[in-house]
Amino acid sequence: MLAEAFGENSIRVLAAALDREHAIELAGDLLVASGRVTPEYTTAMVEVLDTHGPYFVIAPGIALAHAKPAESVLATGLSLVTLAEPIVFGNQANDPVKLVFGLCAVNHESHIQMLGELSTLLSNNESVNILLNAGDTEQIRSLF
Amino acid sequence: MKIIAVCGMGIGTSVLLKMNAEKVLTQLGIDATVEATDMKTARESRSAQVILTTPDLAPLLVGLPSEIITIEHFFDLEELTKKLSASLL
Repeated sequence: MLAEAFGENSIRVLAAALDREHAIELAGDLLVASGRVTPEYTTAMVEVLDTHGPYFVIAPGIALAHAKPAESVLATGLSLVTLAEPIVFGNQANDPVKLVFGLCAVNHESHIQMLGELSTLLSNNESVNILLNAGDTEQIRSLF
Repeated sequence: MKIIAVCGMGIGTSVLLKMNAEKVLTQLGIDATVEATDMKTARESRSAQVILTTPDLAPLLVGLPSEIITIEHFFDLEELTKKLSASLL
């Protein structure tokens, strides 16, 4: 399931982000590149940060950027950008962020199984280490 | 017992929190339902005994008749187990 959730061109490694907004935009751009959302969704992802703060930094070094299901979502999916230099999001417990996942869902049900598999992956320290240190996207895809 | 897992949008963070909370509740033998919900719905709901959320969002939920438990590391089942059992057992 994760293999399909991450569409073609949905993963990028060692990207340079200027700040937290830019890091979220990079994850959104990958959802656009893989055909899952229109660029409006990326804007909405950044707005979530403005409205609710960096609560979506859910574990040390890991952010799950997303917005609501909306017309800008074409298909449910995930993206991942790993950052060359970690970025401070302002989340005291889990800063700085090195992995930014993008999530989009067409409704409130379509992505549940996908998130379950992502949760299993991120509960495994060995897998997280591979994600953190991956030098190319193939190393990441080998985990799915 | 009713527990709600709350995040800004109700589709990502809260769903992950719900999944891992359910795992821990089963292990602890606590009979509870966990619903994932967004901030707006949570503020209007007064039926949950416990609210699970992140430290960033917790201040926005103060004033509701529910106990608030904040979780920092969503994949650390030990943190969830410790906090849920301290409050529910």
